[in-house]
Amino acid sequence: MDAALVPGVVVVTATALTLDEVREVLSSVTDPEIPVLTIEDMGILRSVDFERDGGVVVTITPTYSGCPAMEVIASDIVAALAGAGVEARVATTLSPAWTTDWMSNAGRAKLAAFGIAPPDRRADDPLSLVEEVRCPNCASTDVRVVSEFGSTACKRMMVCSECLEPFDHFKAI
Amino acid sequence: MKTITTTTALGTYLVRLGDDNVVLGQRLGEYVSRAPELEEDLASANTSLDHLGMARYLYTYAGEAEGDGRSEDDFAMLRSEREFTNAMLVEQPNTDFAHVLVRQFFFDAYQVPLWTALAQSTDARLAAIAAKGLKEAQYHLRRSSSWMVRLGDGTDVSNERAQAAIDALWRYTDELFESDVVESELEADRVAPLSSSLKDAWVETVDRIFETAGLARSEDDFQTSGGRDGTHTEHLGYLLAEMQWMQRSYPGLSW
Repeated sequence: MDAALVPGVVVVTATALTLDEVREVLSSVTDPEIPVLTIEDMGILRSVDFERDGGVVVTITPTYSGCPAMEVIASDIVAALAGAGVEARVATTLSPAWTTDWMSNAGRAKLAAFGIAPPDRRADDPLSLVEEVRCPNCASTDVRVVSEFGSTACKRMMVCSECLEPFDHFKAI
Repeated sequence: MKTITTTTALGTYLVRLGDDNVVLGQRLGEYVSRAPELEEDLASANTSLDHLGMARYLYTYAGEAEGDGRSEDDFAMLRSEREFTNAMLVEQPNTDFAHVLVRQFFFDAYQVPLWTALAQSTDARLAAIAAKGLKEAQYHLRRSSSWMVRLGDGTDVSNERAQAAIDALWRYTDELFESDVVESELEADRVAPLSSSLKDAWVETVDRIFETAGLARSEDDFQTSGGRDGTHTEHLGYLLAEMQWMQRSYPGLSW
């Protein structure tokens, strides 16, 4: 039976939601590897637009080219919007290349509270060895690198010389 | 003989770059669980993923540039050894940690100037891929250079093994800077640089790091090449046999 004919059932079409409402739905989509951050906090979400047929196209950009989380994020976006009755397509853009400078201040604060040192705003100079990193445990800057890579491509492993706690640092790129 | 046009040259060139990345990515993947410490296993896995991600962009674009409908999987999984055009350096085996790091260092020192030049390409899509690759390659170079210094300036044994790896891999380095008609065609339209133009930057990085590390270029200056034409060392066949086994045995398999 056609759903539109059933009393009490409202068929929601894409145009029923404004772009702001679509963005609101997307604020529930988080990074599967760092669940405290939404894709907006991460700067992965680049744009949301209507398509000619009334559907929605969500444009995202990958953090690292081999990041396995991107496919999960794309399917999470489609599922979240489908839950709100919106048919969405995910497009990927490479340019401009993602930078940690796009991470929101709210995102940085959430990262630190989660125990991951947030990136410095100095992505313009990735080879620089002078990065001010604070231990998320005791806030000391007396920290050192254990390995340039951590549990995910976007982080590296560090240890605090003050409180001796090991921690992840989200690399600035 | 097939005439080289900008379109066919672009496809050929993108496949070469893709092959370098997929083969090195596979080598680094093989190394996971074999590194001297857990942190380096993770670093190998992450670096491998970066190379694999770049290969996917390059192959996908190559398929579109060719216009014959080949997908990234067709390029990676269904071509034979003689059809791979990667540089021979990247197919060399994971003999020991020093070989893994020296191979990576030589390749990173080449990829940074390569992506830097390609980020200025008149081909917007290639420029975007390169800008992405550059950020990652700079991180790779930072790690591999610091390991060169730790190995070279570490113990007598680490220095000896790093030098042995340099001596074994040196012969595959000139090939990275060979230019051919494919590159000339692309260079004319400022789509890609001639590989020969990248050598100065590579030599500068290698000499600088070697000096800090107490390591030296190989005294044996024999050089070999052929990878760009599909002639490889014996190691590539074994690598492809393992990488492609699943797709060859169960054609079209996906999950």
